[in-house]
Amino acid sequence: MSTPTSINVALIGNPNTGKTSLFNQLTGLNQKVGNYPGVTVDKKTGISNLSKDHKAVVTDLPGTYSINPTSLDESIVLKTLLNSDKEDAPEVILVVADIENLKRNLLLFSQIKDLEIPTVLAINMADEMKRKGISIDLTELQKELGSEVLLISARKNEGIEEVKSAIVKAYISAKAAPLCSVNHKIDTDYFERLKEISPNYSLYELWLMITQNSFPDSISEEEKQQLIDFKHDASKLKKYQHKETIYRYQKINEVLKKTYVVDRSKASDLRAKLDKVFTHKIFGYVLFFGILLLIFQSIFDWATVPMDFIDGLFADASTFVKSQFPEGVLNDLIAEGIIPGIGGVLIFIPQIAILFLFIAILEETGYMSRVVFLMDKIMRRFGMSGKSVIPLISGTACAIPAVMSTRTIAGWKERLITILVVPFTTCSARLPVYAILIALMIPDRRVLGFLSLQGLTLLALYILGFATAILAAYILHKTLKVKSKSFFVVEMPDYKAPSLKNMAFDVLEKTKAFVIGAGKIILALSIVLWFLASNGPQSYVDAEKNVRAQIENSDISADELQQKIASAKLENSYIGIMGKTIEPVIKPLGYDWKIGIALITSFAAREVFVGTLATIYSVESDDDDTSTIKERMASEINPTTGEKRFNFPVGMSLLVFYAFAMQCMATLAIVKRETKSWKWPLIQLFGMGLIAYVSSLIVFQILS
Amino acid sequence: MTTIASLQIGELGYISEDSLDQIPLKLLEMGCLPGAEVELVQLAPLNDPLYICVNGSHLAIRKETAEKIAIIKPS
Repeated sequence: MSTPTSINVALIGNPNTGKTSLFNQLTGLNQKVGNYPGVTVDKKTGISNLSKDHKAVVTDLPGTYSINPTSLDESIVLKTLLNSDKEDAPEVILVVADIENLKRNLLLFSQIKDLEIPTVLAINMADEMKRKGISIDLTELQKELGSEVLLISARKNEGIEEVKSAIVKAYISAKAAPLCSVNHKIDTDYFERLKEISPNYSLYELWLMITQNSFPDSISEEEKQQLIDFKHDASKLKKYQHKETIYRYQKINEVLKKTYVVDRSKASDLRAKLDKVFTHKIFGYVLFFGILLLIFQSIFDWATVPMDFIDGLFADASTFVKSQFPEGVLNDLIAEGIIPGIGGVLIFIPQIAILFLFIAILEETGYMSRVVFLMDKIMRRFGMSGKSVIPLISGTACAIPAVMSTRTIAGWKERLITILVVPFTTCSARLPVYAILIALMIPDRRVLGFLSLQGLTLLALYILGFATAILAAYILHKTLKVKSKSFFVVEMPDYKAPSLKNMAFDVLEKTKAFVIGAGKIILALSIVLWFLASNGPQSYVDAEKNVRAQIENSDISADELQQKIASAKLENSYIGIMGKTIEPVIKPLGYDWKIGIALITSFAAREVFVGTLATIYSVESDDDDTSTIKERMASEINPTTGEKRFNFPVGMSLLVFYAFAMQCMATLAIVKRETKSWKWPLIQLFGMGLIAYVSSLIVFQILS
Repeated sequence: MTTIASLQIGELGYISEDSLDQIPLKLLEMGCLPGAEVELVQLAPLNDPLYICVNGSHLAIRKETAEKIAIIKPS
């Protein structure tokens, strides 16, 4: 059997058309996301088997209303389409439209047709046609649009096979005529001159190059210069763009008049009823904050059991390796470095998955747009946009995708402020730190019979995070001298029941990306940490001898002796020396050198805190210690006071420190990439660090 | 000038043919065309942003944008 021919297919459509559903149906689990997190989330691709001779490499492009981009996300679409001579350039474009907003969806379709690439149009949500009183003359529509048109229902998996064969057909026939040849009608002379500049590109491609100031890599310097000279008259460009859009809509209206009928009397008013509640001036907000409260309670309540289970599992695994395999350096590395390290990552999974699930529900149902609508005016007071609510909420899962989701914000200043304050929101990497400290300090009681006190403390920390973000935004809004024009328009999509399949894929993909991305850092750090904790200069080598000499005459059990030796060794190891060095600086905050070590490693990623303490304590403890990290922390004693090390003042001081400090290398890297400068991540690092230090100092000094 | 910002909730208007240059391209592309029927669906507190339905598209726009788009109210 010969290998099937591979076709590059680009999937394009307006937001809220069910593009993702179609992508999931076409590719199943054969998907991958390029380089996430850390570098880029731009490209989601998947393989789809079209027929026995053809398979497709489908690229899911960001949702957009037009090829003319107003945000960074949308410019990816333009870039992909303009570089049509590249190896991975789309050979067939699959445009997804939804049946209800067909007119608006056809604008994008008409632009894409003019690029002269074979195109297939899939009209989604066809199962709702009857309910919405819509009828379509499909044959006539195909003739008018000059492309294969299909009615599908991606969620119900209807029409997917037809889409596959239509892609193959479009690929083989390679027919690609422009739909509107729009530019001649506006100013024939002008566009004739434009066309003469290069024979290598279609007229519409040239028009996009000059209006969007975006050029394909393949264009010659000479042609590029000619195009730049051609577009000197900016007012003409703008006027012609307006005219172009009007003309396109005229054409679309003509087509739809012949082919598309809506019986308005059948339209349901469910949307209007729901909107009355969800966008209500008072109930809208009450409902929104109620939903937030529910989310945060669930994160704490639902995740505890699986988290304790994972925690215990890894403690057992460590013990098992220690007792069952021959002793030695390798055994130590696995049992004290790698296993606690991996445990430190996997313990997040329950909380992250729950958070991503809630965010997916809010987005899928169309509710998130209502929140944007409700919050815009308020957010603007603080220099942000209503759209900043989405990054701020997804920041509670992870700041990295949150920073990237700011791309939908059109105004640069609003976007920059959002990026700068997002790391204040309580991300899931803080959760294990919070969770363990709260469990140690706050009694497990219920208030009013159903609210867990620990859950309320967690909620307070979330509120602290949001409040600080908002306050910081306000200060930045008043002090930042950045000029930018902001523009705001949000579609309010129809309410939809969330699709289980889409949500499962979404949660799976994001959780996987997080675990792998964060896991690499944490695993590497745990190994480095273990090495630094089990090696040291001469004083480390002599530690055992010195301890034995010191206690030679005193009466002490063998267990205690081992304990003392281990402590002395840790203190004199490389990491111990590092912790000791910073101890004077952190002592006013209530921390000792062991916590200092955890602070140092946390600057790579916060979640390392628990893992670091786990590694330190397990290096320090006896070989047969089977306690979990929580039990071990609870029994840690402060030698100067004789009290518990993690008492209330120290715990609070640590909570505040972790709430404010910018301890995440991956976020700093992504901020650098998104702002194209080291200035902003450095401001975050030092600004947030200073706030963290001063606040923790105040908290500890007042409480102790 | 009568603009979208002067509509009451539930009230209808038609986008004026002269306001073409005032409509941002993005809005135009989303169906906010001269001659199109526009309905004010809902207002956020302080009357900003506005939730409108134009040409079948449900959109939220800010007051500053709405104030630039002239409309004709049916008499």
